[in-house]
Amino acid sequence: MTTLASLDNVTRSFGAVTAVDDVTLDIREGEMLGLLGPNGAGKTTVISMLQGRRRPTSGTVQIFGGNPVDAANRRLLGSTPQETALPDSLKVGEVIDFVGAHFADRRATAELADEFGVAQFLKRQVGALSGGQKRRLSVALAFVGNPRLVLLDEPTTGLDVDARHSLWATLRAQHERGATIVVTSHYLEEIEALAERVVVMARGRIIADDTLPGILGRVGQRLVRLETHEPDRVAALEGVSRREGEAYFVSDSDAFLVALVRSGIPFHDLTVRGATLEEAFLSLTDAVALDNATLEGAR
Amino acid sequence: MSVASLTLVHARYSLIETLRIPIAVIGSLVFPALALLFFVVPQSAVAGNPEFATQAIISMSVFSVMIGSLFSFGLGIAESREKPWEPYLRTLPAPGITRVLAHILSTGLLGVVSLLPIILIGALFTSAEATPVQILVGFVAVAVSALPFMLLGMAIGYALPMKAAIAVIQVVFFALGFGGGLFLPPQLFPGWLDAASRFLPSRQARDFVIWAVQGGDITPLTWLGLIGWTVVLLALVLVLFRRDEGRRYR
Repeated sequence: MTTLASLDNVTRSFGAVTAVDDVTLDIREGEMLGLLGPNGAGKTTVISMLQGRRRPTSGTVQIFGGNPVDAANRRLLGSTPQETALPDSLKVGEVIDFVGAHFADRRATAELADEFGVAQFLKRQVGALSGGQKRRLSVALAFVGNPRLVLLDEPTTGLDVDARHSLWATLRAQHERGATIVVTSHYLEEIEALAERVVVMARGRIIADDTLPGILGRVGQRLVRLETHEPDRVAALEGVSRREGEAYFVSDSDAFLVALVRSGIPFHDLTVRGATLEEAFLSLTDAVALDNATLEGAR
Repeated sequence: MSVASLTLVHARYSLIETLRIPIAVIGSLVFPALALLFFVVPQSAVAGNPEFATQAIISMSVFSVMIGSLFSFGLGIAESREKPWEPYLRTLPAPGITRVLAHILSTGLLGVVSLLPIILIGALFTSAEATPVQILVGFVAVAVSALPFMLLGMAIGYALPMKAAIAVIQVVFFALGFGGGLFLPPQLFPGWLDAASRFLPSRQARDFVIWAVQGGDITPLTWLGLIGWTVVLLALVLVLFRRDEGRRYR
Protein backbone atom coordinates (compact mmCIF):
# COMPACT_ATOMS: atom_id res chain seq x y z
CA MET A 1 0.00 0.00 0.00
CA THR A 2 1.20 3.50 -0.78
CA THR A 3 2.18 5.66 2.17
CA LEU A 4 0.45 9.04 1.75
CA ALA A 5 1.88 10.72 4.83
CA SER A 6 4.38 9.94 7.52
CA LEU A 7 5.93 11.21 10.72
CA ASP A 8 9.42 9.94 11.41
CA ASN A 9 10.69 10.37 14.99
CA VAL A 10 8.87 13.67 15.21
CA THR A 11 9.11 15.86 18.31
CA ARG A 12 7.49 19.25 18.66
CA SER A 13 7.91 21.47 21.70
CA PHE A 14 6.35 24.80 22.62
CA GLY A 15 8.80 26.41 24.99
CA ALA A 16 9.17 23.99 27.89
CA VAL A 17 6.14 21.90 26.87
CA THR A 18 6.67 18.88 24.63
CA ALA A 19 3.39 18.53 22.71
CA VAL A 20 4.53 15.68 20.49
CA ASP A 21 7.26 13.38 21.76
CA ASP A 22 9.16 11.17 19.31
CA VAL A 23 6.17 10.05 17.23
CA THR A 24 6.57 7.72 14.25
CA LEU A 25 3.46 7.05 12.15
CA ASP A 26 2.64 6.01 8.58
CA ILE A 27 -0.70 6.87 6.99
CA ARG A 28 -1.44 4.53 4.09
CA GLU A 29 -3.68 4.96 1.06
CA GLY A 30 -7.29 3.88 1.63
CA GLU A 31 -7.16 4.00 5.41
CA MET A 32 -9.79 5.41 7.74
CA LEU A 33 -7.53 6.20 10.68
CA GLY A 34 -8.78 7.40 14.04
CA LEU A 35 -6.41 9.42 16.22
CA LEU A 36 -7.80 9.03 19.72
CA GLY A 37 -6.67 10.70 22.90
CA PRO A 38 -7.69 13.02 25.71
CA ASN A 39 -7.41 16.81 25.30
CA GLY A 40 -3.79 17.92 25.24
CA ALA A 41 -2.53 14.54 24.02
CA GLY A 42 -0.87 16.13 20.95
CA LYS A 43 -3.43 15.15 18.29
CA THR A 44 -3.94 18.66 16.95
CA THR A 45 -0.19 19.32 16.85
CA VAL A 46 0.27 16.15 14.77
CA ILE A 47 -2.48 17.30 12.37
CA SER A 48 -1.10 20.85 12.10
CA MET A 49 2.37 19.50 11.23
CA LEU A 50 0.85 17.32 8.48
CA GLN A 51 -0.93 20.46 7.20
CA GLY A 52 2.34 22.40 7.07
CA ARG A 53 1.09 24.93 9.61
CA ARG A 54 3.70 23.94 12.17
CA ARG A 55 7.17 22.51 11.77
CA PRO A 56 8.60 19.72 13.87
CA THR A 57 11.30 20.66 16.39
CA SER A 58 13.09 17.49 15.27
CA GLY A 59 12.27 14.57 12.98
CA THR A 60 10.66 14.54 9.52
CA VAL A 61 7.06 15.09 8.45
CA GLN A 62 6.09 14.22 4.87
CA ILE A 63 2.92 14.26 2.80
CA PHE A 64 2.85 12.84 -0.74
CA GLY A 65 6.60 12.36 -0.44
CA GLY A 66 7.42 16.01 0.26
CA ASN A 67 7.49 18.72 2.92
CA PRO A 68 3.93 19.87 3.78
CA VAL A 69 5.23 23.43 4.31
CA ASP A 70 5.53 23.71 0.50
CA ALA A 71 2.15 24.57 -1.03
CA ALA A 72 2.73 22.29 -4.03
CA ASN A 73 2.68 19.22 -1.76
CA ARG A 74 -0.75 20.18 -0.43
CA ARG A 75 -2.56 19.97 -3.80
CA LEU A 76 -4.34 16.74 -2.83
CA LEU A 77 -4.80 17.51 0.86
CA GLY A 78 -8.19 18.39 2.37
CA SER A 79 -8.49 19.95 5.82
CA THR A 80 -11.10 21.32 8.12
CA PRO A 81 -10.57 23.93 10.84
CA GLN A 82 -10.88 22.77 14.46
CA GLU A 83 -13.22 25.54 15.57
CA THR A 84 -15.99 27.05 13.50
CA ALA A 85 -13.71 29.57 11.89
CA LEU A 86 -15.57 30.65 8.81
CA PRO A 87 -15.72 34.32 7.72
CA ASP A 88 -19.18 35.50 8.79
CA SER A 89 -19.75 38.04 6.03
CA LEU A 90 -19.16 35.66 3.09
CA LYS A 91 -22.04 33.60 1.71
CA VAL A 92 -21.97 29.81 1.99
CA GLY A 93 -21.58 29.40 -1.78
CA GLU A 94 -18.74 31.95 -1.82
CA VAL A 95 -16.81 30.13 0.90
CA ILE A 96 -17.06 26.85 -1.02
CA ASP A 97 -16.00 28.57 -4.27
CA PHE A 98 -13.11 30.38 -2.53
CA VAL A 99 -11.65 27.15 -1.15
CA GLY A 100 -12.52 25.23 -4.33
CA ALA A 101 -10.56 27.71 -6.46
CA HIS A 102 -7.34 26.26 -5.01
CA PHE A 103 -7.81 22.82 -6.51
CA ALA A 104 -7.34 21.55 -10.04
CA ASP A 105 -10.13 18.98 -9.87
CA ARG A 106 -12.87 20.47 -7.72
CA ARG A 107 -16.36 19.28 -6.84
CA ALA A 108 -19.33 21.32 -8.05
CA THR A 109 -20.56 23.63 -5.29
CA ALA A 110 -24.22 22.56 -5.44
CA GLU A 111 -23.40 18.84 -5.44
CA LEU A 112 -21.04 19.11 -2.46
CA ALA A 113 -23.48 21.32 -0.52
CA ASP A 114 -26.16 18.74 -1.15
CA GLU A 115 -24.05 15.87 0.25
CA PHE A 116 -23.30 17.81 3.43
CA GLY A 117 -26.82 19.14 3.90
CA VAL A 118 -26.10 22.84 3.38
CA ALA A 119 -27.63 23.17 -0.11
CA GLN A 120 -30.53 25.35 1.06
CA PHE A 121 -28.12 27.92 2.61
CA LEU A 122 -25.87 28.62 -0.41
CA LYS A 123 -27.08 32.22 -0.75
CA ARG A 124 -27.02 32.94 2.96
CA GLN A 125 -24.16 34.63 4.85
CA VAL A 126 -22.15 32.26 7.03
CA GLY A 127 -22.89 34.38 10.12
CA ALA A 128 -26.58 33.49 9.77
CA LEU A 129 -25.96 29.72 10.08
CA SER A 130 -26.42 27.72 13.28
CA GLY A 131 -23.41 26.10 14.95
CA GLY A 132 -24.25 22.71 13.48
CA GLN A 133 -24.69 24.10 9.96
CA LYS A 134 -21.32 25.88 10.20
CA ARG A 135 -19.69 22.64 11.32
CA ARG A 136 -21.14 20.75 8.33
CA LEU A 137 -19.90 23.48 5.99
CA SER A 138 -16.43 23.35 7.60
CA VAL A 139 -16.22 19.61 7.06
CA ALA A 140 -17.55 19.92 3.50
CA LEU A 141 -14.64 22.30 2.71
CA ALA A 142 -12.19 19.46 3.33
CA PHE A 143 -13.71 17.53 0.40
CA VAL A 144 -14.20 20.29 -2.19
CA GLY A 145 -10.88 19.57 -3.97
CA ASN A 146 -11.39 15.80 -4.43
CA PRO A 147 -8.46 15.20 -2.03
CA ARG A 148 -6.60 11.92 -1.71
CA LEU A 149 -5.84 12.61 1.96
CA VAL A 150 -8.28 14.30 4.34
CA LEU A 151 -7.37 15.46 7.85
CA LEU A 152 -10.36 16.08 10.13
CA ASP A 153 -9.59 17.55 13.53
CA GLU A 154 -12.50 17.00 15.94
CA PRO A 155 -15.06 17.14 13.08
CA THR A 156 -18.22 16.81 15.15
CA THR A 157 -17.43 19.11 18.10
CA GLY A 158 -20.57 20.91 19.25
CA LEU A 159 -23.02 18.81 17.22
CA ASP A 160 -26.07 17.15 18.76
CA VAL A 161 -26.52 13.38 18.52
CA ASP A 162 -28.58 13.35 15.30
CA ALA A 163 -26.32 15.77 13.49
CA ARG A 164 -23.26 13.79 14.59
CA HIS A 165 -24.69 10.53 13.27
CA SER A 166 -25.63 12.04 9.90
CA LEU A 167 -22.14 13.60 9.53
CA TRP A 168 -20.55 10.22 10.32
CA ALA A 169 -22.66 8.62 7.58
CA THR A 170 -21.51 11.34 5.15
CA LEU A 171 -17.86 10.77 6.10
CA ARG A 172 -18.17 7.01 5.58
CA ALA A 173 -19.65 7.68 2.14
CA GLN A 174 -16.72 10.00 1.29
CA HIS A 175 -14.30 7.27 2.40
CA GLU A 176 -16.05 4.79 0.12
CA ARG A 177 -15.56 7.24 -2.77
CA GLY A 178 -11.84 6.70 -2.21
CA ALA A 179 -10.58 9.36 0.20
CA THR A 180 -8.04 8.37 2.84
CA ILE A 181 -9.27 9.98 6.06
CA VAL A 182 -7.57 10.76 9.35
CA VAL A 183 -10.00 11.81 12.08
CA THR A 184 -9.05 12.99 15.56
CA SER A 185 -11.41 12.75 18.48
CA HIS A 186 -11.54 12.36 22.20
CA TYR A 187 -14.83 10.44 21.93
CA LEU A 188 -14.38 6.69 21.79
CA GLU A 189 -17.87 6.51 20.25
CA GLU A 190 -16.82 8.67 17.32
CA ILE A 191 -13.69 6.62 16.66
CA GLU A 192 -15.79 3.46 16.92
CA ALA A 193 -18.23 4.78 14.33
CA LEU A 194 -15.58 5.84 11.82
CA ALA A 195 -12.16 4.29 12.19
CA GLU A 196 -10.75 1.02 10.93
CA ARG A 197 -7.31 1.60 12.42
CA VAL A 198 -6.91 3.42 15.72
CA VAL A 199 -3.86 5.26 17.03
CA VAL A 200 -4.10 6.25 20.69
CA MET A 201 -2.06 9.23 21.91
CA ALA A 202 -1.43 10.38 25.46
CA ARG A 203 1.00 13.02 26.70
CA GLY A 204 2.49 13.49 23.23
CA ARG A 205 3.26 9.83 22.63
CA ILE A 206 1.60 7.03 20.69
CA ILE A 207 0.59 4.45 23.29
CA ALA A 208 -1.33 2.10 21.01
CA ASP A 209 -1.68 1.51 17.25
CA ASP A 210 -4.07 -1.28 16.38
CA THR A 211 -7.25 -2.28 14.55
CA LEU A 212 -10.52 -0.98 16.00
CA PRO A 213 -11.46 -4.31 17.65
CA GLY A 214 -7.96 -4.61 19.10
CA ILE A 215 -8.19 -1.16 20.69
CA LEU A 216 -11.73 -1.69 21.94
CA GLY A 217 -10.56 -4.80 23.74
CA ARG A 218 -7.91 -2.76 25.49
CA VAL A 219 -9.77 0.42 26.38
CA GLY A 220 -13.31 -0.93 26.72
CA GLN A 221 -12.86 -1.58 30.45
CA ARG A 222 -15.38 -1.89 33.25
CA LEU A 223 -14.93 -0.37 36.67
CA VAL A 224 -16.13 -2.45 39.62
CA ARG A 225 -16.45 -0.73 42.97
CA LEU A 226 -16.91 -2.75 46.16
CA GLU A 227 -15.98 -2.76 49.83
CA THR A 228 -14.06 -5.66 51.29
CA HIS A 229 -11.58 -6.47 54.05
CA GLU A 230 -9.35 -8.32 51.61
CA PRO A 231 -8.71 -5.90 48.70
CA ASP A 232 -5.41 -7.57 47.79
CA ARG A 233 -7.10 -10.93 47.20
CA VAL A 234 -9.75 -9.22 45.03
CA ALA A 235 -7.04 -7.45 43.02
CA ALA A 236 -5.32 -10.78 42.46
CA LEU A 237 -8.41 -12.33 40.84
CA GLU A 238 -8.19 -13.16 37.16
CA GLY A 239 -8.98 -10.30 34.76
CA VAL A 240 -8.24 -7.40 37.15
CA SER A 241 -5.85 -5.03 35.37
CA ARG A 242 -5.56 -2.34 38.02
CA ARG A 243 -6.79 -1.35 41.46
CA GLU A 244 -7.37 2.16 42.64
CA GLY A 245 -8.68 2.32 46.24
CA GLU A 246 -12.01 0.50 46.16
CA ALA A 247 -12.17 0.51 42.35
CA TYR A 248 -11.04 -2.46 40.25
CA PHE A 249 -10.59 -2.25 36.47
CA VAL A 250 -11.62 -5.39 34.61
CA SER A 251 -12.14 -6.18 30.93
CA ASP A 252 -15.08 -8.57 31.49
CA SER A 253 -17.20 -7.65 34.51
CA ASP A 254 -19.44 -10.73 34.21
CA ALA A 255 -16.53 -13.12 34.39
CA PHE A 256 -15.02 -11.08 37.22
CA LEU A 257 -18.23 -11.28 39.29
CA VAL A 258 -18.42 -15.03 38.82
CA ALA A 259 -14.80 -15.33 39.95
CA LEU A 260 -15.42 -13.00 42.90
CA VAL A 261 -18.40 -14.94 44.17
CA ARG A 262 -16.60 -18.27 43.69
CA SER A 263 -13.58 -17.03 45.65
CA GLY A 264 -15.79 -16.60 48.71
CA ILE A 265 -14.19 -13.23 49.60
CA PRO A 266 -16.77 -11.26 51.59
CA PHE A 267 -17.81 -7.94 50.00
CA HIS A 268 -20.65 -5.41 50.04
CA ASP A 269 -21.88 -2.25 48.25
CA LEU A 270 -20.94 -3.48 44.76
CA THR A 271 -21.45 -1.25 41.70
CA VAL A 272 -20.35 -1.77 38.10
CA ARG A 273 -19.98 0.87 35.41
CA GLY A 274 -18.08 1.38 32.18
CA ALA A 275 -14.69 3.00 32.70
CA THR A 276 -14.52 6.48 31.18
CA LEU A 277 -12.13 6.93 28.29
CA GLU A 278 -9.86 8.96 30.56
CA GLU A 279 -9.65 6.05 33.01
CA ALA A 280 -9.12 3.58 30.20
CA PHE A 281 -6.30 5.73 28.80
CA LEU A 282 -4.70 5.87 32.22
CA SER A 283 -4.64 2.10 32.48
CA LEU A 284 -3.20 1.90 28.94
CA THR A 285 -0.45 4.41 29.81
CA ASP A 286 0.31 2.57 33.03
CA ALA A 287 0.54 -0.67 31.12
CA VAL A 288 3.06 0.96 28.77
CA ALA A 289 5.07 2.26 31.74
CA LEU A 290 4.96 -1.20 33.30
CA ASP A 291 6.11 -2.90 30.08
CA ASN A 292 9.00 -0.48 29.82
CA ALA A 293 9.95 -1.05 33.46
CA THR A 294 9.85 -4.82 32.92
CA LEU A 295 12.03 -4.46 29.85
CA GLU A 296 14.50 -2.29 31.75
CA GLY A 297 14.55 -4.83 34.57
CA ALA A 298 15.17 -7.69 32.17
CA ARG A 299 18.26 -6.03 30.74
CA MET B 1 -3.52 26.85 -10.09
CA SER B 2 -1.22 29.72 -10.96
CA VAL B 3 -0.01 32.29 -8.46
CA ALA B 4 -1.71 35.07 -10.45
CA SER B 5 -5.16 33.47 -10.52
CA LEU B 6 -4.99 32.49 -6.84
CA THR B 7 -3.89 36.03 -5.97
CA LEU B 8 -6.97 37.41 -7.70
CA VAL B 9 -9.22 34.90 -5.93
CA HIS B 10 -7.81 35.83 -2.51
CA ALA B 11 -8.01 39.56 -3.26
CA ARG B 12 -11.57 39.25 -4.51
CA TYR B 13 -12.95 37.48 -1.44
CA SER B 14 -11.01 39.74 0.90
CA LEU B 15 -12.59 42.79 -0.81
CA ILE B 16 -16.06 41.25 -0.66
CA GLU B 17 -15.57 40.64 3.07
CA THR B 18 -14.43 44.22 3.72
CA LEU B 19 -17.10 45.88 1.59
CA ARG B 20 -19.91 44.00 3.34
CA ILE B 21 -18.99 46.03 6.45
CA PRO B 22 -18.54 49.43 4.71
CA ILE B 23 -18.14 51.42 7.94
CA ALA B 24 -14.65 49.89 8.23
CA VAL B 25 -13.61 51.74 5.08
CA ILE B 26 -14.92 55.13 6.18
CA GLY B 27 -12.29 55.72 8.88
CA SER B 28 -9.45 55.56 6.39
CA LEU B 29 -11.33 57.95 4.07
CA VAL B 30 -12.11 60.58 6.70
CA PHE B 31 -8.95 60.81 8.80
CA PRO B 32 -6.52 62.22 6.19
CA ALA B 33 -9.21 64.52 4.80
CA LEU B 34 -9.76 65.99 8.27
CA ALA B 35 -6.01 66.42 8.78
CA LEU B 36 -5.84 68.35 5.53
CA LEU B 37 -8.80 70.54 6.50
CA PHE B 38 -7.32 71.37 9.92
CA PHE B 39 -3.60 71.69 9.18
CA VAL B 40 -3.29 72.95 5.62
CA VAL B 41 -6.45 74.76 4.52
CA PRO B 42 -6.42 77.38 7.35
CA GLN B 43 -2.75 78.32 6.68
CA SER B 44 -3.02 80.91 3.93
CA ALA B 45 0.77 80.98 3.39
CA VAL B 46 0.61 77.37 2.24
CA ALA B 47 -2.95 77.11 0.94
CA GLY B 48 -2.62 80.30 -1.10
CA ASN B 49 0.65 79.38 -2.86
CA PRO B 50 0.05 76.98 -5.79
CA GLU B 51 3.44 75.23 -5.51
CA PHE B 52 3.40 74.79 -1.71
CA ALA B 53 -0.27 73.86 -1.67
CA THR B 54 0.28 71.15 -4.30
CA GLN B 55 3.21 69.80 -2.29
CA ALA B 56 1.10 69.85 0.87
CA ILE B 57 -1.64 67.88 -0.91
CA ILE B 58 0.98 65.40 -2.08
CA SER B 59 2.47 65.11 1.41
CA MET B 60 -0.99 64.51 2.82
CA SER B 61 -1.72 61.88 0.13
CA VAL B 62 1.50 60.05 0.94
CA PHE B 63 0.71 60.37 4.64
CA SER B 64 -2.81 59.07 4.07
CA VAL B 65 -1.65 56.04 2.13
CA MET B 66 1.15 55.41 4.61
CA ILE B 67 -1.10 55.49 7.65
CA GLY B 68 -3.73 53.43 5.85
CA SER B 69 -1.13 50.85 4.81
CA LEU B 70 0.49 50.52 8.23
CA PHE B 71 -2.79 50.26 10.11
CA SER B 72 -4.91 48.19 7.77
CA PHE B 73 -2.10 45.80 6.83
CA GLY B 74 -0.48 45.61 10.25
CA LEU B 75 -3.63 45.37 12.34
CA GLY B 76 -5.56 43.39 9.72
CA ILE B 77 -2.91 40.69 9.59
CA ALA B 78 -2.22 40.66 13.35
CA GLU B 79 -5.96 40.31 13.94
CA SER B 80 -6.54 37.58 11.37
CA ARG B 81 -3.61 35.57 12.76
CA GLU B 82 -5.52 35.37 16.02
CA LYS B 83 -8.61 33.95 14.30
CA PRO B 84 -8.80 30.36 13.07
CA TRP B 85 -9.75 31.17 9.43
CA GLU B 86 -6.27 32.44 8.50
CA PRO B 87 -4.50 29.27 9.76
CA TYR B 88 -7.04 27.27 7.78
CA LEU B 89 -6.23 29.19 4.58
CA ARG B 90 -2.59 28.24 5.16
CA THR B 91 -3.52 24.57 4.76
CA LEU B 92 -4.76 25.23 1.20
CA PRO B 93 -2.33 24.75 -1.67
CA ALA B 94 -1.49 28.45 -2.13
CA PRO B 95 2.09 29.70 -1.70
CA GLY B 96 2.80 32.59 0.70
CA ILE B 97 3.36 35.09 -2.10
CA THR B 98 -0.32 34.82 -3.15
CA ARG B 99 -1.48 35.91 0.32
CA VAL B 100 1.01 38.81 0.28
CA LEU B 101 0.06 39.98 -3.23
CA ALA B 102 -3.67 39.58 -2.54
CA HIS B 103 -3.32 41.79 0.54
CA ILE B 104 -1.55 44.43 -1.54
CA LEU B 105 -4.27 44.35 -4.20
CA SER B 106 -7.31 44.40 -1.93
CA THR B 107 -6.19 46.54 1.01
CA GLY B 108 -4.02 48.67 -1.28
CA LEU B 109 -6.99 49.44 -3.54
CA LEU B 110 -8.95 50.76 -0.56
CA GLY B 111 -5.92 52.86 0.43
CA VAL B 112 -5.83 54.52 -2.99
CA VAL B 113 -9.57 55.25 -2.73
CA SER B 114 -8.81 57.22 0.45
CA LEU B 115 -6.93 59.73 -1.76
CA LEU B 116 -10.12 60.91 -3.44
CA PRO B 117 -11.36 63.20 -0.63
CA ILE B 118 -7.87 64.72 -0.29
CA ILE B 119 -7.70 65.63 -3.94
CA LEU B 120 -11.24 66.98 -3.81
CA ILE B 121 -10.52 69.19 -0.77
CA GLY B 122 -7.24 70.32 -2.33
CA ALA B 123 -8.97 71.37 -5.53
CA LEU B 124 -11.84 73.14 -3.78
CA PHE B 125 -10.19 74.88 -0.82
CA THR B 126 -6.54 75.52 -1.76
CA SER B 127 -4.80 76.97 -4.77
CA ALA B 128 -3.09 73.66 -5.53
CA GLU B 129 -2.76 73.13 -9.25
CA ALA B 130 -2.54 69.95 -11.28
CA THR B 131 -3.86 68.87 -14.66
CA PRO B 132 -5.95 65.67 -14.91
CA VAL B 133 -2.91 63.91 -16.39
CA GLN B 134 -0.74 65.07 -13.47
CA ILE B 135 -3.36 63.81 -11.01
CA LEU B 136 -3.44 60.45 -12.76
CA VAL B 137 0.36 60.22 -12.75
CA GLY B 138 0.29 61.23 -9.10
CA PHE B 139 -2.12 58.39 -8.32
CA VAL B 140 0.17 55.84 -9.93
CA ALA B 141 3.21 57.33 -8.18
CA VAL B 142 1.48 57.24 -4.78
CA ALA B 143 0.39 53.64 -5.35
CA VAL B 144 3.94 52.59 -6.30
CA SER B 145 5.60 54.48 -3.46
CA ALA B 146 3.11 52.97 -0.98
CA LEU B 147 4.57 49.48 -1.49
CA PRO B 148 7.21 49.80 1.26
CA PHE B 149 4.57 50.91 3.77
CA MET B 150 2.22 48.07 2.87
CA LEU B 151 5.04 45.57 3.24
CA LEU B 152 6.19 47.20 6.49
CA GLY B 153 2.63 46.93 7.83
CA MET B 154 2.53 43.26 6.82
CA ALA B 155 5.88 42.56 8.45
CA ILE B 156 4.63 44.11 11.70
CA GLY B 157 1.39 42.13 11.43
CA TYR B 158 3.17 38.81 10.93
CA ALA B 159 5.81 39.51 13.59
CA LEU B 160 3.69 40.77 16.49
CA PRO B 161 0.43 40.07 18.29
CA MET B 162 -2.34 42.62 17.82
CA LYS B 163 -1.78 44.80 20.89
CA ALA B 164 1.96 45.05 20.35
CA ALA B 165 1.33 45.79 16.66
CA ILE B 166 -0.86 48.82 17.55
CA ALA B 167 1.89 50.31 19.72
CA VAL B 168 4.66 49.70 17.18
CA ILE B 169 2.59 51.09 14.29
CA GLN B 170 1.81 54.29 16.19
CA VAL B 171 5.50 54.93 16.83
CA VAL B 172 6.51 53.98 13.29
CA PHE B 173 3.91 56.10 11.52
CA PHE B 174 4.71 59.17 13.63
CA ALA B 175 8.46 58.76 13.11
CA LEU B 176 8.07 58.17 9.37
CA GLY B 177 5.50 60.96 8.99
CA PHE B 178 7.55 63.60 10.74
CA GLY B 179 10.97 62.35 9.62
CA GLY B 180 9.79 62.11 6.03
CA GLY B 181 8.61 65.72 5.90
CA LEU B 182 4.95 64.85 5.64
CA PHE B 183 3.87 67.08 8.57
CA LEU B 184 6.46 69.85 8.24
CA PRO B 185 7.99 70.44 4.81
CA PRO B 186 11.65 69.32 4.74
CA GLN B 187 12.68 72.83 3.64
CA LEU B 188 12.24 73.74 7.33
CA PHE B 189 14.51 70.87 8.51
CA PRO B 190 18.04 71.53 9.83
CA GLY B 191 20.74 70.16 7.51
CA TRP B 192 21.44 66.93 9.42
CA LEU B 193 17.76 66.01 9.65
CA ASP B 194 17.24 66.74 5.96
CA ALA B 195 20.17 64.44 5.12
CA ALA B 196 18.93 61.63 7.38
CA SER B 197 15.39 62.07 6.16
CA ARG B 198 16.39 61.17 2.60
CA PHE B 199 16.95 57.56 3.68
CA LEU B 200 13.40 57.17 4.97
CA PRO B 201 10.80 55.57 2.68
CA SER B 202 8.32 58.31 3.62
CA ARG B 203 10.66 61.08 2.39
CA GLN B 204 11.47 59.05 -0.72
CA ALA B 205 7.77 58.52 -1.41
CA ARG B 206 7.05 62.24 -0.99
CA ASP B 207 9.91 63.33 -3.24
CA PHE B 208 8.99 60.68 -5.82
CA VAL B 209 5.36 61.79 -6.07
CA ILE B 210 6.30 65.48 -6.16
CA TRP B 211 8.70 64.70 -9.00
CA ALA B 212 6.01 62.71 -10.82
CA VAL B 213 3.44 65.52 -10.52
CA GLN B 214 5.51 68.73 -10.64
CA GLY B 215 8.56 67.54 -12.55
CA GLY B 216 12.04 68.81 -11.61
CA ASP B 217 15.03 66.84 -10.38
CA ILE B 218 14.99 63.45 -8.70
CA THR B 219 18.03 62.12 -6.85
CA PRO B 220 18.98 58.48 -7.48
CA LEU B 221 18.68 57.95 -3.71
CA THR B 222 14.93 58.53 -4.00
CA TRP B 223 14.08 55.81 -6.51
CA LEU B 224 16.88 53.45 -5.55
CA GLY B 225 15.73 53.81 -1.97
CA LEU B 226 12.12 52.96 -2.82
CA ILE B 227 13.19 49.89 -4.78
CA GLY B 228 15.57 48.86 -2.00
CA TRP B 229 12.98 49.20 0.77
CA THR B 230 10.43 47.28 -1.33
CA VAL B 231 12.78 44.38 -2.06
CA VAL B 232 14.10 44.11 1.49
CA LEU B 233 10.67 44.35 3.09
CA LEU B 234 9.10 41.88 0.63
CA ALA B 235 11.81 39.35 1.49
CA LEU B 236 11.23 40.02 5.18
CA VAL B 237 7.46 39.53 4.85
CA LEU B 238 7.88 36.23 2.98
CA VAL B 239 10.28 34.95 5.64
CA LEU B 240 7.94 36.04 8.44
CA PHE B 241 4.95 34.46 6.65
CA ARG B 242 6.76 31.17 6.25
CA ARG B 243 7.94 31.23 9.85
CA ASP B 244 4.54 32.24 11.25
CA GLU B 245 2.58 29.58 13.14
CA GLY B 246 -0.27 31.78 14.32
CA ARG B 247 -0.64 33.36 17.72
CA ARG B 248 1.41 31.71 20.43
CA TYR B 249 0.45 31.68 24.06
CA ARG B 250 2.76 30.84 26.90
